[in-house]
Amino acid sequence: MTEQELREAVIAALTQVAPDIDPAAIDPTIGLAEQLDIDSMDFLNVVVAIHERTGIEVPERDYPKLSTLDQAVGYLAAAQTQHAPS
Amino acid sequence: MATGAVGHNVGLAQIALTQRERHMTAFTGQHAAEPIHKGPASGLAPNLEDYDLARSQFSWASARAELAGLPGDALNIAYEAVDRQADGPLADTVALRFLDLGGVAAELTYAQLKRATSRFAGVLEQLGVARGERVFVLAGRIPELYVAALGTLRHGSVFCPLFSAFGPEPIEQRLRLGDARVLVTTVTLYTRRVAGLRPRLPGLAHVLLIGSDAEIEALPGTDDLRALMDRAPDHREPAATAPEDMACLHFTSGTTGEPKGAVHVHEAVVGHRATGRMVLDLHPGDIFWCTADPGWVTGTSYGIIAPLTIGATCVVDEAELAVDRWYGILQDQHVTVWYTAPTALRMLMRAGAEVAHEYDLSALRFVASVGEPLNPEVVHWGQEAFGLPVHDNWWQTETGGIMIANYRSMDVRPGSMGRPLPGVEADVCRRDADDKPLLATDGSLELASEGEQGELVLRPGWPSMFRAYLGDPVRYSERFVGGWYLTGDLVRRDADGYFWFIGRGNDVIKSSGHLIGPFEVESALLEHEAIGEAGVIGKPDPVAGEIVKAFVLLNPGFEPDEELRRDILAFSRRRLGAAVAPREIDFVDVVPRNRSGKIMRRVLKARELGLPEGDLSTMEPGS
Repeated sequence: MTEQELREAVIAALTQVAPDIDPAAIDPTIGLAEQLDIDSMDFLNVVVAIHERTGIEVPERDYPKLSTLDQAVGYLAAAQTQHAPS
Repeated sequence: MATGAVGHNVGLAQIALTQRERHMTAFTGQHAAEPIHKGPASGLAPNLEDYDLARSQFSWASARAELAGLPGDALNIAYEAVDRQADGPLADTVALRFLDLGGVAAELTYAQLKRATSRFAGVLEQLGVARGERVFVLAGRIPELYVAALGTLRHGSVFCPLFSAFGPEPIEQRLRLGDARVLVTTVTLYTRRVAGLRPRLPGLAHVLLIGSDAEIEALPGTDDLRALMDRAPDHREPAATAPEDMACLHFTSGTTGEPKGAVHVHEAVVGHRATGRMVLDLHPGDIFWCTADPGWVTGTSYGIIAPLTIGATCVVDEAELAVDRWYGILQDQHVTVWYTAPTALRMLMRAGAEVAHEYDLSALRFVASVGEPLNPEVVHWGQEAFGLPVHDNWWQTETGGIMIANYRSMDVRPGSMGRPLPGVEADVCRRDADDKPLLATDGSLELASEGEQGELVLRPGWPSMFRAYLGDPVRYSERFVGGWYLTGDLVRRDADGYFWFIGRGNDVIKSSGHLIGPFEVESALLEHEAIGEAGVIGKPDPVAGEIVKAFVLLNPGFEPDEELRRDILAFSRRRLGAAVAPREIDFVDVVPRNRSGKIMRRVLKARELGLPEGDLSTMEPGS
């Protein structure tokens, strides 16, 4: 997936779990939990939804690496290259 | 996605099933949950060395005598928690250490905490707040929350915490029911959730904000907390409150009606300190981490009061759970006693015990858990991950403090909540078909025999017991029958006196340790134009224990599609906040009701779980 597709997938996962979020209002450089009303159960569900949309599984320990939208996209892009069949 | 806007993948669902199965077999006792035997304690001797001996020797009068008290039989929680240490050898010991994503964010020694809480009490005095009036705090785990809590108690007014993930509706309801005079909150939370409510809250005289000068100046009807604190005097004597004076107001939810404000008094500190010693095994100088948010009773009784009365250092993490950060905190802060919750432990468990082994957790002496029943595998996992079992305990908002527990010196039976606290008499009573307690002819409760399922009941009289539901004497008196307090939880007791949780005796939902009343959620849903009827249940979840799930019947003219589902989800999240709003919504053709019109949530739940629906003879035909 391209970086743009990954970004759309993350936003789609976020609004699937918390449709009260206005995607246009997300600052991609600020922590998601800081600017949005999402709790840790929401975040867990977002990770599950990201997996469903991208096929990328995020281990528990790496959750902090998805703190901001930009970080999440960067993490998924890197994970995608690592796991890509050679 | 067909299963709902918020669905788990197959892997999670499978975990859910197996955990539930194990959970149920453990509860019924068919599964031999191997007891964990304790040898003699190494290192620091436990405060409670022998359960049976402690039980025979303990008295609340002697626990009361261990407190300092104030002249004229006065008793003030803040004095016991702060001054007593600040005026003694622990003055320069850190009372509260605040951590954020960047590390240590702030520290307050007992002496500093005494000055800060004096100043906050002075602010209330200057504002003309009267003793007994309610001071609400809506904030994350920041220093101001702790200073406001203890400063309020010092002043003699009443501390009432609001969970920071609440939406405007639960906030308004609680401010109104609690007759709030003062609200302490942040600029962000005020702007997002409270400003719009002000016209409907005429009794809310003062809003004290945390934020920058410019931000606060731009918000009419508010004051700058820091500016007021700066002008207040450094010392203010603690109010000479009577033991029965109201100290804290904690809202809790029932199956029906609005949330209830459980009234707690200054005498509760006797129970907080005694349980901090006997159950959490707290000693002066301990590094204690209670992960509960003070928005709920655990975060107040044990996140603030109990450890400070003993002279421990409290670690407070302002951020949310993250696996490596949490293990890092346990390691770097040398946490000795850790009080956490099943949801958190299950999240850590998902990352694997080997992650815990990467950290040096050797300072840890005791791990306890509360909030919902702890499944046996988590207890065993604790052994594997930390080298210590997790000690479950049981209590609720109304009891004010721990009532039944697994103790450091006592063998653990995984899956059991443990044995009653010394000084607390617990029993099990039989219930009739309507879930009411069965009474003998003389009006006394009919008690269950060994191993028989019934409702957990407690003999009133422990110091931290609630004294009222604010303004609701009827619902208060309904909790007492035949000389016992009815907890609403179903349990059984084994031959050795260990209590085992079976289920809740009502429809209240426990999600991530938060108590949620289905009625409050249903009421909010009914305000959506598309919804004609709504029934809300707790759906078992492998991590959160339960999640809030709503079944809605649409008004004519509305199509049950994904767009509407999202709209309802967004609507309820904006009103109720993430912690309370449903995470799943199903459209149904009928919301089952009995002949008197009451929503039959157990039928919804049985259908959700694919279980037999039980006796439906009282159900309205067509449901």
